Amino acid sequence: MEQLVQVSGLSKRFSNFTAVDDLSFTVNKGDVYGFLGQNGAGKSTTIRMLTSLIQPTSGTITVNGVQLAGNKKQVLKNIGAVIEKPDLYKYMSAYENLEVFAKLSGVPHGKQVLMNQLEIVGLANRASDVVKTFSQGMKQRLGIAIALVHNPPLVILDEPTNGLDPQGIADVRNLILSLSKTHQKTVIVSSHLLSEIEQVATRILIIDKGKKLVEGNAGELLDPNKILLAIDTQDGARTQALLQSSEWTNYLQPMRENTCVLQLPKYDVPKITTWLVQQGVQIYAITPKQTLEDYFLNITSGKQHVATYTN
Amino acid sequence: MWQLIQIELFKISKRPRTYISFVAITALIAAVQIGLKVDGASYVDFMMSTTSSIEVNGNVLNGYLICYIILQMLLVNIPLLITLIAADMISGEANMGTLRLLLTKPYARWEIVLAKFVAATFYTLALLVWLAILALFVSMWVFGTDDLFLFKSSYIVLIEKNDVFWRYCGAFAFAAVAMTTVAALGFLTSVFSDNSIGPIVTTMSIIVFLTILSTMNIPLYATIQPYLFVTHMNSWKEFFDQQVNENNEAIVGSIQNPGRIINSLWILGLHIVGFVGAAMYFFHKKDINS
Amino acid sequence: MMIRFIAIVCLLGIGELHAQDMTALVKKVKAKLDVVNDYTAEGVMKTDIVFIKAPISKIKVFYKKPNSFKLVKDGGISLLPKGGISVNMSTIIAADDYVALAAGDAVFEGTKVKLVKVIPTDENSNIVLTTLYIDEENLLIRKAVSTTKENGTYDMQLYFGKYAQLGLPDKVIFSFNTKDYKLPKGITLEFQDTKQQSDLDKLKNKKGKVEISYKNYVVNKGIDAAIFKN
Repeated sequence: MEQLVQVSGLSKRFSNFTAVDDLSFTVNKGDVYGFLGQNGAGKSTTIRMLTSLIQPTSGTITVNGVQLAGNKKQVLKNIGAVIEKPDLYKYMSAYENLEVFAKLSGVPHGKQVLMNQLEIVGLANRASDVVKTFSQGMKQRLGIAIALVHNPPLVILDEPTNGLDPQGIADVRNLILSLSKTHQKTVIVSSHLLSEIEQVATRILIIDKGKKLVEGNAGELLDPNKILLAIDTQDGARTQALLQSSEWTNYLQPMRENTCVLQLPKYDVPKITTWLVQQGVQIYAITPKQTLEDYFLNITSGKQHVATYTN
Repeated sequence: MWQLIQIELFKISKRPRTYISFVAITALIAAVQIGLKVDGASYVDFMMSTTSSIEVNGNVLNGYLICYIILQMLLVNIPLLITLIAADMISGEANMGTLRLLLTKPYARWEIVLAKFVAATFYTLALLVWLAILALFVSMWVFGTDDLFLFKSSYIVLIEKNDVFWRYCGAFAFAAVAMTTVAALGFLTSVFSDNSIGPIVTTMSIIVFLTILSTMNIPLYATIQPYLFVTHMNSWKEFFDQQVNENNEAIVGSIQNPGRIINSLWILGLHIVGFVGAAMYFFHKKDINS
Repeated sequence: MMIRFIAIVCLLGIGELHAQDMTALVKKVKAKLDVVNDYTAEGVMKTDIVFIKAPISKIKVFYKKPNSFKLVKDGGISLLPKGGISVNMSTIIAADDYVALAAGDAVFEGTKVKLVKVIPTDENSNIVLTTLYIDEENLLIRKAVSTTKENGTYDMQLYFGKYAQLGLPDKVIFSFNTKDYKLPKGITLEFQDTKQQSDLDKLKNKKGKVEISYKNYVVNKGIDAAIFKN
């Protein structure tokens, strides 16, 4: 798979806390990359660093082979972003908003092209209405039209369903799927709700307290036949190193504190337990976490309502 | 860059707030003009009663004097109107949330800051042009033109009719620089805030504070007064004072203290560069967390 | 009133002893001036008053017998000390109700002159006393010093040229005391007018002066009386 976004060792420290801590991930072309974490986990800070709204303390961001640092203009041409609620110029019409941002994006389209963009997001009939008369869902759709106006390969949507009613949420979900499938866009979409991500994402990254917890193919992470296993051993680092150099490396997830995490088929659980014993690893506890949902529920510690996973 | 400036001007033109200033100026000037048109004679008599020893013949209350009276009253208050827009240029977008959208577009931050400042300057100039149209040209049309008869605090200046217009051109040009300094200050304060009220109040507070400081007759402050921009904002009046020769004849086309105007322009210019430079620096460093 | 009374008493007293009635001389001067029924003239006016910065301005003057006089700045505002300046001798000696007394001889700028004290007898006259310096030979008033009730003392010097025959001066310098003029600060509309002390000092050493140079007299061609209205 061709990589579109590479994030390496990204950190952001504010004066009194670390919002993002040594985060690395890769987004491939064509992915709908679900960026999942509870509120305050560091999603928005990461997305703002991706879009140059916040300067990283350390680490690198590369988009389409070009580093963001020092090449901001070039990189931003490849990105269309809606950060949190898309607050627009409320005293201007939908068309005027779109026109302004088209010009800002260096692609001053003709009227017909802009109207087509509004058609895509279902706002063509409200083109000349001022934005302050719009519902939150309509603003969100217009925000996405603005993000797409310069036809960027990468679309970043930060919490796009926040504050929307069920119909609005469904509209945005369909729009994301359409962007990916019909318009061949790579989409990074963040949310604190698994239920939203699981319906659109092809790959998922879960972060907590600014650190990566789980990253993987959505199909695999959400596979009901797979189990997440937290293995607590005497020497977590050694165990992790052993696993990395073995056939189990494909199942391995990033360590969480001193605990190794694997996602693997249920029938492999006895096999790995035996293997670890054979390697002389002192096992204190093996805790099964049946699904990604359980895992997410665990890290969010009941702070969020998480939709029931069904497949 | 021009594209950015055009967009900023378009945004300014679409905002209802923009027109408050124009309406306010129109109302104020109309009130002064109507008042003086209806009751100007008694106003002139009142003024002349203070100089009972001088007999003044001619159209004293002509358009040129009306404009001077209006400028005296308005140029003190126009900073507030300019601040309404300038201090909102960045903070207003932060407040609306559009700043996030704007900054994800492929422009360097300094370009965005500069375009916004240029747009704020255009707005300032537009306001002054409107002021000039109403205060000068409409007054000239309604009240006619004649020599400009001015009471200074210690003396009277009589400027020939044909020697006045260029002075107003100079005065308005100077006022443009002075008001741009206000715009630059408002602009700088708007970098630090995510709502418009804070920078507007801060800018006006700074201007009021410095104005008081600049008029306090205390040696400690006297040393810094020449460097405060507010001290120099009224230097447009220097255009309306003329030199006299050894026979005490006013020299037509002369300015009493051209050096003061140039000095003031330098101080104001340096403040503009300083304020805008600081705005660029801090905005470049700023993390957009809103 | 008291001043005038004392002045008349003193002068009449002196007149009893030394002076002769100069009414005849004044009448001769007046007779010369009476040839002129009206005139207009163009001129240039310099206003040199301590607290006024005014440029040299073109003016027009209009006169019609017996005492109508008007000075108009050519399309502009004119500033003159109030009350004193009619800038025309005819108006000073136009009336008949005065007492003219000799006050000796003098030389004014190289010309021998008779000093004549003119005291209006009209109670309402603003002028209390005028001293005329009369060039007896040419019947021209070279200088006049007038004391007024309300506006202090004025000093008028007249210089004659080609209109001397008609008693019309080429130049009049009108001097007066400026120390009585005051500008209240409240009305200045200047919020932060910085004191330009050095400039003021430079100005302050001067006496108030208005200098009018005439040219292009047009005499006895008739003038519309409407000009003197307003």
